[in-house]
Amino acid sequence: MADVGAHQVGEGLFGLLVQFARALRNSGIPVSASEEIDATAVTAAVDLTQRWQLREGLAAAMVKNPQHRRTFDVIFDIWFPSASGAPSTVDRQLRGDESDVDELRRRLTEALLRGDEDDLRRVAEQAVASLGRQSAGPGRQSWFSYRVMRQMSPETLISTLLADMLRRPDTDEPPSAMDEMVARATISDRTARFRRQVEAETRRRLVEERGADTVARHAVPALADQVDFLRATRDDLAELRRTVQPLARRLAARLAIRRRHPRRGRLDIRRTVRASLATGGAPVVTHFRPRRPHKPELVVLCDVSGSTASFAHFTLLLTRALREQFAKLRAFAFVDGCDEITRFLGPDIELPDAVSRLMSEARVVQFDGHSDYGRAFETFEDNWPDAVGPNTSLLILGDARTNFRDPGLASLKNLVSSARQAFWLNPEPRRHWDSGDSVAGQYAEVLPMVECRNASQLAHFVQQLLPH
Amino acid sequence: MSRTPQFSSVQEVRDRLSSTGYLPDDATATSVFLAGQLGKPLLVEGPAGVGKTELAKAVAAATGSQLVRLQCYEGIDEARALYEWNYRKQLLRIQAAGDERSWDSTHDEIFSAEFLLERPLLAAIRRTEPTVLLVDETDKADVEVEALLLEVLSEFQVTVPELGTIAASTRPFVVLTSNATRELSEALRRRCLYVHIGYPSAERELEIVLARVPQAPADLAEQIVRTVHALREMELKKSPSIAETLDWVHTLLALGLDTLDSATVRATLGTVTKHASDAEKAARMLKLG
Repeated sequence: MADVGAHQVGEGLFGLLVQFARALRNSGIPVSASEEIDATAVTAAVDLTQRWQLREGLAAAMVKNPQHRRTFDVIFDIWFPSASGAPSTVDRQLRGDESDVDELRRRLTEALLRGDEDDLRRVAEQAVASLGRQSAGPGRQSWFSYRVMRQMSPETLISTLLADMLRRPDTDEPPSAMDEMVARATISDRTARFRRQVEAETRRRLVEERGADTVARHAVPALADQVDFLRATRDDLAELRRTVQPLARRLAARLAIRRRHPRRGRLDIRRTVRASLATGGAPVVTHFRPRRPHKPELVVLCDVSGSTASFAHFTLLLTRALREQFAKLRAFAFVDGCDEITRFLGPDIELPDAVSRLMSEARVVQFDGHSDYGRAFETFEDNWPDAVGPNTSLLILGDARTNFRDPGLASLKNLVSSARQAFWLNPEPRRHWDSGDSVAGQYAEVLPMVECRNASQLAHFVQQLLPH
Repeated sequence: MSRTPQFSSVQEVRDRLSSTGYLPDDATATSVFLAGQLGKPLLVEGPAGVGKTELAKAVAAATGSQLVRLQCYEGIDEARALYEWNYRKQLLRIQAAGDERSWDSTHDEIFSAEFLLERPLLAAIRRTEPTVLLVDETDKADVEVEALLLEVLSEFQVTVPELGTIAASTRPFVVLTSNATRELSEALRRRCLYVHIGYPSAERELEIVLARVPQAPADLAEQIVRTVHALREMELKKSPSIAETLDWVHTLLALGLDTLDSATVRATLGTVTKHASDAEKAARMLKLG
């Protein structure tokens, strides 16, 4: 498959499409057979000499969820690379020593200042050609985007760019703080575009060297709702935070639909009689009273120590966003102490603020900052004895790693027996339970423990939790 | 049944939509072209105010078609989407006929086209001239209506038991929009071509602003677009969309201002942010005094 480029037009196209669809499915994007047929029709309709038309056309036929689009683009770049060899714009004189870096950085500064997409792409191609190569054994070479980004280091250009962008020849006034903020946002937006261009170009070079199959196995990012909470990077978490609101909205809407079965309630005589006036007194259309939905009270008790923190935050954000679905929501956080954090989750508080304030203001750490489940459960039971009652659904979030301390099973049993229902959400994969200091098995005997490694598993769980 | 592919190339889509004042991006232009070529409905998703409904209007204007619009809402049903018998008129007819007419002839008469109330879906199918059918805010409708849409959009025919089957003579160009308040069913997604319209890049948004508000000075438009982009980075509850950008431009022009400084932003932030907490946050992050 090294010469994918040659297959782009002509006989090999259909075979290539089939492989492409398979690669999409492997990465978790569902592509049905009928969508594959549509994709074939797309290739017949669009102008194949325009690569972007093929990309957008295939996306229209095969990607029906915007969250899948980034992954689609990567896979498209792998299977339908834009060209082979060095781009014609690449200046072969540049070979990657110190002076070239300066020259490239100068070109990047200009491109970032103008913000033109084509300029940025040309600089990215040149930079990858000059700086991204590393030999990987005799006759082979590899390409790395981080080498390029490290040497180009666009973040060190910010002050130059800011000065240029804010310079106004006609006045001596210093630029306002707002102008600076806006300029910074513009620069970071353009820098992000440059980074994506460099990544795309690196990938293209890699495909040429290694073949599409190999690259597809390693270089395709996971879909946002499939990213492991415990392995999520900062970018992943930002992306996840953005998915919280839509996810919550969809969950809420799905629940609302489930509740809205009008014919299950009692007959609404007043509305039915009123409607029958239009049909001469015959009750052709009947109206029913809606049923009053049962809303559970939810108590969330979460381990916010180091590794599980990102999972706890995400889950808190989601439950907060679903607040209207619960009669009452209280949240408690613990590491080796335990404190109520409901006040940090009010509707007016910004999400990132809530998270940082929670860690600094709540008394979640009493001693050494390592999880102590036993102490946390006891503290919770002693200080908030009436938090968990017969109407409460109790959610405990944590990896069940006790640092070999007392697991506090007796307190936990008390809590679980006084709640209406209780679940433990564990962000670790099931195969790691009970390894090392994990006592997942012991806890799982007290209450059902659910594996909850990513947003999609969490959404599935929350949907099960809410009443039918 | 004849199909009406309305554009001959992606470039033509772009040119003709642009001439109506709608500037499509690559994805939108390509999918509109393909929707015409393959005769498939086009499902358009994206945040509020990025021009989903406008797209359907622009396609109608560019192809000289008439726009038939089905606005979905919670509780919309077959009677509102497809057709309904006009009970009141039927009752009147029966009463007016009195005793001299036989039941059989009255029966035949009251189930004729005269007593049929045509709703948008049936109207779009019965039309013989070029038609753009816009099913707006599909996600607001219930699942049952989605099933109905599936049936109508796959066959382009409707069966009225008393009248028989009515099939489309010209297949309408169908645009469905959704805000993703509810996830549409897999079946519907599978049958449609899909395009997600997001917030545009700064360059494209500037073009849009200049196309829609040609009297705006280019400098002011650029300042506004860049500020709106900075606002979108802030994770506000409701990010400003193109509609808000245009509102802001209009507001500043109406106030006779030609440059955007801190005081102006402070005074007019209400046009772009739609929540009190968003306005506060934006003011704080933009460091407005």
